[in-house]
Amino acid sequence: MWERVKTFASEFFVTGDPLIYGADVSIVITILGIVIGLTYFNKWGWLWREWLTTVDHKKIGIMYILAAFIMLFRGGVDALLMRAQLAAPEMNLLPPDHYNQIFTTHGVIMILFMAMPFMFGLFNVMVPLQIGARDVAYPFLNALSFWLFFSGAMLFNLSFVIGGSPDAGWLAYPPYSGIMHNPGVGQDFYIWGIQISGIGSLMTGINFIVTILKMRAPGMKLMKMPMFPWSVLSSCIAIIFSFPILTATLALLFLDRYAGAHFFTLDGGGNPMMYINLIWMWGHPEVYIIVLPAFGIFSEIVSTFAKKKLFGYKSMVYAMMIISILSFLVWAHHFFTMGSGADVNAFFALTTMLIAIPTGVKVFNWLFTMFRGKITFETPMLWTMGFIPCFIVGGLTGVLLSVAPADFQFHNSYFLVAHFHQVIIGGVVFGYFAGLYYWWPKLFGFKLNERIGKWAFWFWNIGFYLCFMPQYALGLMGMTRRVVTYGWDKGWWEMNLVSTIGAGLMGIAFLFQVWQIVYSVKHLRKDETGDPWNGRTLEWSIPSPAPVYNFATLPHVTSQDEWWEEKQRRLQGHPAPAPVKIEPIHMPKNSGIPIVMSMFWFFTGFGFIFDWLWLAIPGLVGVAACMLVHSFNYDTDYYIPVEEIKRTESAIRGVTS
Amino acid sequence: MKLPKARRWFASLSMLLILLLTATGCTEKMIILNPKGPIAEQQRDLMLTSLLLTCIVIVPVLILFAIIVWRYRDRKGRTSKYTPNWEHSTKLEVIWWGIPIIIITILAVITVKYTYALEPSKPLASEEKPLTIQVTSLDWKWLFQYPEQGIATINYIQIPEDVPIRFEITADSPMNSFWIPQLGGQMYAMSGMAMTLHLQADEQGDFWGSGANFTGKDFAKMYFDVKSTSKEAFNTWVSEVKASSPALTLDGYKKLVEPAASDVRTFSAFPEGLFEMTVTKYASSHNHGLSWKDIQKIDKQE
Repeated sequence: MWERVKTFASEFFVTGDPLIYGADVSIVITILGIVIGLTYFNKWGWLWREWLTTVDHKKIGIMYILAAFIMLFRGGVDALLMRAQLAAPEMNLLPPDHYNQIFTTHGVIMILFMAMPFMFGLFNVMVPLQIGARDVAYPFLNALSFWLFFSGAMLFNLSFVIGGSPDAGWLAYPPYSGIMHNPGVGQDFYIWGIQISGIGSLMTGINFIVTILKMRAPGMKLMKMPMFPWSVLSSCIAIIFSFPILTATLALLFLDRYAGAHFFTLDGGGNPMMYINLIWMWGHPEVYIIVLPAFGIFSEIVSTFAKKKLFGYKSMVYAMMIISILSFLVWAHHFFTMGSGADVNAFFALTTMLIAIPTGVKVFNWLFTMFRGKITFETPMLWTMGFIPCFIVGGLTGVLLSVAPADFQFHNSYFLVAHFHQVIIGGVVFGYFAGLYYWWPKLFGFKLNERIGKWAFWFWNIGFYLCFMPQYALGLMGMTRRVVTYGWDKGWWEMNLVSTIGAGLMGIAFLFQVWQIVYSVKHLRKDETGDPWNGRTLEWSIPSPAPVYNFATLPHVTSQDEWWEEKQRRLQGHPAPAPVKIEPIHMPKNSGIPIVMSMFWFFTGFGFIFDWLWLAIPGLVGVAACMLVHSFNYDTDYYIPVEEIKRTESAIRGVTS
Repeated sequence: MKLPKARRWFASLSMLLILLLTATGCTEKMIILNPKGPIAEQQRDLMLTSLLLTCIVIVPVLILFAIIVWRYRDRKGRTSKYTPNWEHSTKLEVIWWGIPIIIITILAVITVKYTYALEPSKPLASEEKPLTIQVTSLDWKWLFQYPEQGIATINYIQIPEDVPIRFEITADSPMNSFWIPQLGGQMYAMSGMAMTLHLQADEQGDFWGSGANFTGKDFAKMYFDVKSTSKEAFNTWVSEVKASSPALTLDGYKKLVEPAASDVRTFSAFPEGLFEMTVTKYASSHNHGLSWKDIQKIDKQE
């Protein structure tokens, strides 16, 4: 019996690597710390009522962002380990198996469990405030989306200590990811982790499309909407068309692995190339899904800190919508070298180049928003300043890659690695950081320390160029991606060393950001204006942090930069609009079902990963039960009485004025 | 306050310049920009042309960005104009929808032309009869068969200069990509199909190739040497291999397929139709409709 337990444990837990034992210990200590802390301070009830069951979009957004930061740390450690391994030729820091797992988890975590939740977090905290709504269209669904994401992310991360991580790259190309070449459970963790969080992403897409189309404040025509909600709309349209492809593709891969089907196998009529096509039909829109909201954020910030209206509003809207649609027509540029023939390659090269046009237009519009403006360089604007040149260069290399015959030389090389990191770090990460710094005061009621923030910015920026510019050169020297090590004879070591130093600087930059947050909390200087940046849009018209119902009375919108115009009117001596009579506010009730249902999904996934039907089936039954219970729950909403609203308002405004 | 900021900008810009300089300092290592064959050469030219074309837009935009940010920064005693409500100019917007459209159109025409011209399966124009080399990606080594010469090698190719080489590429392993940077772009090596890639070396020399697509544990050991020699030297090498190397048998091939890296090896002969067999291995008619699992079962019973 004891022997059986021992064999089981040695297969179930990942063993043999001191790094992983270290992680085991730190995970156990962290969990113990949290449990003891919560119990000691008697905070379990508070945690359950205020956070775990909340349907408030602001709190859900904060949880998304917090989770994204933790995942940024995990993915960042993966990146630093890889760079350490590549710092010099013939290094033995990581054995090939471990290296393969690390580049796989780095990619998956950074895109799906860092960028996506960071983006959803920003959607959540800002879209309702910017369009003058009191919550999203489907608050319950929103909470469910978050917890599904969280379950999926935890399931995926668990593979690190239990069962073994996936090692087939972030898109898991078969046949290598098939059962024939990859019999372990790592790939199943990959499938289920992404599937569960993917359902959440799809629901968020639907939720925000409806929110933006149906919940705007009176008078806010679509063409008077701020640019960020527009970018969210274009991104969500891409989500609802692309995520079903991902779900279907991974479901087929799962059937191949679990049920012996032959969709993507080599034998039995399967075709791995079909998988590669399908996964990029999702994968390419996906990168635009994450970058479009960053464009929206930059538009808001450029306009605010140049103190000038956004130039070419309509152009910006059309450009984003065109990008959103074109992103579905370019997927085959990820495998020009598959040998599809000149016709196919020419078509996809052209569609890819077309995307450069609207993207270029956006850059021009940002430049001309600053033209004849009054630019100040607070941290959100600083990130935007870092973004523009970085993204221009990244866009240039993107156009070079789109030239199909030349791509035969760039493909799979470090040139490609440098390109996509440049657009994703320079575009997406800088964008989300800019957004976080910009909206932080609205979320928490105080600004982050500017001085430390500037250090973080410069470390990130210099580190970025040091890390990735040499990688372009490495690509031209013939270095291919995903190699665990290389010889002295190739002449790659200088550039690799520089690149590793750059990565280290970015690691330090992250520490600066953590310090910045800790420092700012410790030396809290409350922002009492609710409008610390002299903002232009509705979110700045209410106190920070926003009360649970956001707007005591719904604003009536007459122009694009409503709050800016309102301030101008007040400056010109027009009286503030007469207070509207406060009415009871209809709000959604908290619900424990999303977190419970997501836990059942977690068990279902875990059961299928290990082929434990005794766990998977009860998990599915639990999911169904949660749906039923929710369907028959009619007690889902309540009204905040006028008295309470008045009390809350005078309490906040009392401090405010 | 303003001065250190200016200095910072200067510092970061000069940092970029230094990087560029160091990058150009090692151009001889950038083998892709130092091609040794007609395909790689045209691909290099195409890279430089497209770089130049995109730079026509990119460089002025970067300069414009620097000027605008510098000129319109908020400071005391500023004389530059401030127009908070200026938000539209049809003329300007037509210009910057127009410029990228023109550049992209030019680039598109060039790209399409070259996409057809450099289509890898197209034979190269040459008076010489092409030499065929059959490439199989295995876990984690390359098997090269010379059907016309009747020899085979592992992780080593020797080719005669100025003779077009017709590579037929497949895999008996997860998908890989066959790449000799100095001769030309890569082509996926996929099980169940034979891809064609035409390359040629214009001069004698030692080059190298690699497996460019991740295939698992020892994927990083799939480099191979490529030696381009005179025709005479090539023929001598073939006869030497024929005379002194062992033959590759079917059993030998089965051993080769087992996952492991390998040193350079040469074979004086290989089983007839081995490449074709590898390519058609998974076609169900050849397995009598049996799946991989069924075959495994039969193998075990045997």
